[in-house]
Amino acid sequence: MKVMPFLKRMLFCVSLVSGALALSACSGPTSSNTVSISGAFEFTSLSPSKNGFVFSRMQVLETLLDVDEKGLLIPALAKDWKVSDDAKIWTFNLRDDVRFHDGAAMDADAVVNSLEIAKSKHGALRKAPIEKIYAKDNHTVIITLTRPFTPLGAVLANYANGILSPAAYDDNGEVVTLAGTGPYKVFQFEPPHKLVVERFDDYWGKKASIQYASYLTGHRAESRVLQAKSGQADIVFGLDPASLASLEKMDILTVHSNPIPRTIVLKLNSGHRFLEDVRARKALSLAIDRKGIAKGVLHIPGSEAEQILPASMTNWYLDDVSDETEASAGMPDSLLAELGWKKNAQGYLERNGELFELTLITYADRPELTTVATSIQAQWEKIGVKTNVEVTNSSAIPMGHQDGSLEAALMARNYGFIADPLGVMLSDYGSDGGGDWGAMNWNNKELSADLLELEQTSDPVKYKEIAQRSAQIIYNERPVIPVSSYVQQTAVNKRIKGFRFDPFERSYFLNEMEFVNL
Amino acid sequence: MKVMLFKRLLQLITVIWGVGTLTFILMRSLPGDMAYRIAASRYGQDNVDSQAAALVREELKLDQSALTAYWHWLTDLMQLKLGDSLVSGLPVIDTVQHMLGHSLLLAFAGLIVSVLIAVPLGLLSAWRGNPLDSILMGLSSVIRSMPVFVIGVLFILLFALNWNLFPVAGFGSPAHLVLPAITLALSLAAVSNRVVRDSAKKTFQSAFYQFSQVKGLSLWQTFRRHGARNIALPVVAFFGIQLVSMIEGIVMIESLFSWPGIGHGLAHAIFARDIPVIQGSALMMGILFVLLNTLVDIICLWIDPRGVKNQ
Repeated sequence: MKVMPFLKRMLFCVSLVSGALALSACSGPTSSNTVSISGAFEFTSLSPSKNGFVFSRMQVLETLLDVDEKGLLIPALAKDWKVSDDAKIWTFNLRDDVRFHDGAAMDADAVVNSLEIAKSKHGALRKAPIEKIYAKDNHTVIITLTRPFTPLGAVLANYANGILSPAAYDDNGEVVTLAGTGPYKVFQFEPPHKLVVERFDDYWGKKASIQYASYLTGHRAESRVLQAKSGQADIVFGLDPASLASLEKMDILTVHSNPIPRTIVLKLNSGHRFLEDVRARKALSLAIDRKGIAKGVLHIPGSEAEQILPASMTNWYLDDVSDETEASAGMPDSLLAELGWKKNAQGYLERNGELFELTLITYADRPELTTVATSIQAQWEKIGVKTNVEVTNSSAIPMGHQDGSLEAALMARNYGFIADPLGVMLSDYGSDGGGDWGAMNWNNKELSADLLELEQTSDPVKYKEIAQRSAQIIYNERPVIPVSSYVQQTAVNKRIKGFRFDPFERSYFLNEMEFVNL
Repeated sequence: MKVMLFKRLLQLITVIWGVGTLTFILMRSLPGDMAYRIAASRYGQDNVDSQAAALVREELKLDQSALTAYWHWLTDLMQLKLGDSLVSGLPVIDTVQHMLGHSLLLAFAGLIVSVLIAVPLGLLSAWRGNPLDSILMGLSSVIRSMPVFVIGVLFILLFALNWNLFPVAGFGSPAHLVLPAITLALSLAAVSNRVVRDSAKKTFQSAFYQFSQVKGLSLWQTFRRHGARNIALPVVAFFGIQLVSMIEGIVMIESLFSWPGIGHGLAHAIFARDIPVIQGSALMMGILFVLLNTLVDIICLWIDPRGVKNQ
């Protein structure tokens, strides 16, 4: 008989606790006042130099200049800017109505402070030829350069160079509170998985309509797909292409497919005795069935790529390169035969008793790379190249480049990391022998000179002419072999209005979104 | 009791030193350049290059000898300092607290639910015998032989997608805990209900148990006075072992439900060669294991004090 009162008491307690939880949930972010975003990438730090991407996308962090969807610079915290005739002095006029999330006013000193700190950290600004950054007056910042450098504007638009309140940093320049200027401010920071931001009412531009936004890292693509299907997440980035068909059928979702300036490329060690002749590199390129990989492995027909940069980057994209010109280069077998390679009894190529054997490294951060690598392995084996695939960490590529041990690597290179691709091209192909994520042991004086000239070229017609010439050299010489370009797949719940995709992945445009009643 | 606690304290200190030293040696002997690994985790794959690695090497003084680094760690440890993460720069203690806290929450919730499932089912199965016993045996085997993430996916499909009762993945509200905890509980209960059943059956069939009924006690009185304690002893010991092995073993569940636990966190720290985080997590887990074992020993002693009296 004593059992009943005990049970009743338990039930009472449970209802009390759940009531209290429900009450406490009402005051903070709930599904009715929060747009929830699910993505693949974890973050660990408040530092813009390390994890600025997430704060820029969640619109906490802003930069002096912004980039439109075509990659052109537009005003942001600087309302206008001008470059001197010798292209060595850049003057930025700041907006005068901007406040940081901690209430402080944004002035020239704050901008100089942020940029000086960014310059001391790892990032593109550190590599720019900057002589001095200083405040001319309260609303004018001047950057002087040791030599003309046209990509500076795009470099300043990179998330690592976000402008924060002076109070955001400690004495060592480490960020302690992320007081930025964006339409949202940090509400909850739980690395490495969860970031919740809250509307900032004193924002200088278009104020947000939705009060909160949350970013949750989903470990598995499958879980993220289910989050989209169940309506738990409003916007899910980085969908697995295999799940697209089932998502498109759902009434509550709209699926967006947007090309982004990221390309899967093979980096080759052009100094390797098997690969130093351009014919060997061409044969390896010809042996790849790009269409098959795009359709069968990546499930994105049409994403095959012959060039490292996508068609949207018109300065760098060659219009007259096609499968036909590719095929006219000859067959892989005949090219390799010209170099003295003969197939042995096992079907592998041999020359002077040496087997044509390559180690292809790739990394697991992007799961598609591993499957593409094994497809390439099979396709290369067909022409007699014995290929060993090693899946490792992304840092093995710059490391293998530096110590010379790398033979071939498959990687997903983001050419829009700096909105002006010249920034990445310079680091990949600019210096002698190439760069960590570009050419390796490959020297082309013409290309180096062209890229250096581009740094100083502001005339758009001339710029395009030189850029096209550079792209042609890379295409002809194949220091890297493009395989496929990326298409970002995003599922958006229909209760969200105003979603648009930024091909440079700088912003989620949360402040333009609204809830609609379904 | 005091002797046991003292022994356990000694064990704790040895575990702390041993685990820390072993992790240090293992991490140092892994292939690959630490500076590059740390740089990749700090700056992301789009932004890692040799300059970033050089910067990391300089900032963290990675060129110093292993012995010096080990000495630094040991002296810090003696002052109860666990240091800062090499990747995020945040204090290790906060990172470990966040991860271990979530893992423990999930583990305890899973364990409690599993006890609620396993104890009644095990007792019922021992008391009633066949055919219930065989049915439960079959069911337990089926659940046990399924990988835990299959159970998880089934629950997600059913409760999150079909009925929309609970969120698919994530953390931060009690609703998020339900599916991972039940998934975990089911896979645990599949084994522990058999342990309860065996222990109960042994007790029910023992001479003392049957005698107590012969002398006229009711079923309930017999169970309460002569059954409960005898059955509980092996069961509690088994739950203790389950809890310990579970904290390491819930990686799959954490990954499936995007739960920010220690299994997932440790894996990432190892990829990144974030030695302070690895050492800190391994240490806290070592301490936790010793504490949990001590707790289980104390409970067992309380249930069955004969061991102490004999001493």
